Amino acid sequence: MSTTPADLRYASTHEWARLEADGIITVGITDHAQQALGDIVYLELPQPNSQLSAGQIAGVVESVKAASDYHAPVSGKVTEVNEGLTDAPEGINSHPYQSWFYRLQPDNPAELEQLLDADAYNASCSA
Amino acid sequence: MGLRTPMYDMHLALGAKMIDFSGWELPLHYGSQVDEHHHVRNECGVFDVSHMCITDVSGTDAEPFLRLMLSNDVARLTASGAGHYSAMLNEQGGVIDDLIVFRTAEGFRLITNALTCQKIQGWLKQHTQNFSVSIQLRDDLAHFAIQGPESIERLSEVLNSSRAHIIQNLAAYHGSFDGDWFLTRTGYTGEEGIEIMLPADQAVDFFNELIGYGITPIGLGARDTLRLEAGFTLLGNDMDENHSPYTANMHHVVALEPKERDFIGRNALETQLSNGIQEKLVGLVLEERGVLRAGQPVRIEGVGQGTITSGSFSPTIGKAIALARVPIQTGERGEVEIRQKWYPVRVVSPRFVRHGKILI
Repeated sequence: MSTTPADLRYASTHEWARLEADGIITVGITDHAQQALGDIVYLELPQPNSQLSAGQIAGVVESVKAASDYHAPVSGKVTEVNEGLTDAPEGINSHPYQSWFYRLQPDNPAELEQLLDADAYNASCSA
Repeated sequence: MGLRTPMYDMHLALGAKMIDFSGWELPLHYGSQVDEHHHVRNECGVFDVSHMCITDVSGTDAEPFLRLMLSNDVARLTASGAGHYSAMLNEQGGVIDDLIVFRTAEGFRLITNALTCQKIQGWLKQHTQNFSVSIQLRDDLAHFAIQGPESIERLSEVLNSSRAHIIQNLAAYHGSFDGDWFLTRTGYTGEEGIEIMLPADQAVDFFNELIGYGITPIGLGARDTLRLEAGFTLLGNDMDENHSPYTANMHHVVALEPKERDFIGRNALETQLSNGIQEKLVGLVLEERGVLRAGQPVRIEGVGQGTITSGSFSPTIGKAIALARVPIQTGERGEVEIRQKWYPVRVVSPRFVRHGKILI
């Protein structure tokens, strides 16, 4: 059974997004995603300062089993990447919602509202 | 729905994530593939390998028949219970199947891949016309592999004293019957281990006992990373009907002596040898972060190109490793393309880990 915190927003492509007090959006992958991937052994992060559009491939996460792209939940500029996580990507399995990948300055904060809430995301996973 | 082993419901009850493998519904892992991998390297675990194909060949011509059908020479198995690694080749010298064959009181027992089970039943029967042999698919048997440095000790606690005595005294690649159980000192992990073939209707109780004694169930995911670290080839990945055993690091499965023994594929292999073997199967180690995967292109500067046939992250080494088929002149360095970018790799002997020790 995977967890889906109610205070986050979700993309149907299994990323979570959290709006911080300073307007920056923090991004990671969901508990459902890490369970589906299995033991994660490699994380490729986006370039700092790169511009991503919603739905664009932001990087790659690889488990022992497979490689999987992850996508930008909203459009914006990458302000910071979690370089430390690439040294211990197994943290994504144990703490998916603390293991953030990167932070994004959104072009249009309203885009966040178009993402799924926890219930809608859970529904999309079981569909 | 795929084929299921008698342990299917138990796998689910143990929390397995199931996948399709060669048409079978089998456990990929029971939570963490990497934990299961370490468990086998450091202690021991049990694999349900009941999908593997067991075929008994009996009759007065069983030996001459298999001397024709197999690349290794079963005449070398002089004692009952003796076994060795072998292969079934096509006329072009390509690998139809790799297998372990044991001599038994009635003839021979072949352990082959699930993928090719139906095909090799047909292949064997197609060649029986001049032989007095009987070929029996033993799909009435279940099959477990108990592997790891503690496997013999731990398994001895579970088995009755006669079977415990058998496994403690089996030489490598040997098997012994105890009633309708067949116990062998074999495996696919690079660790000590025992494999047990037993009647399917006793399998669930026995699997339950193993789990009850604290022997950890291990899924196919760890089976693959363990065999890759050990450098054991996988049919369909590292070898197939289009590749000779000489380009799959399987020289030892071909017995060219005695010269008068004809076997299917022999002529093709002799031609290959006289023309010179052009490719070899090597090990690769990625020194940077990343994961090597089957299908990724390999290039060797000044030599040519190759392909990764199996690749993954090695939990024991903590780096990505692979088996790759490359030109025979390949030296110690190469490059692999991952997502349109070339990464340097070290070329090593295809044996990365054995008995818990890193060899590269």
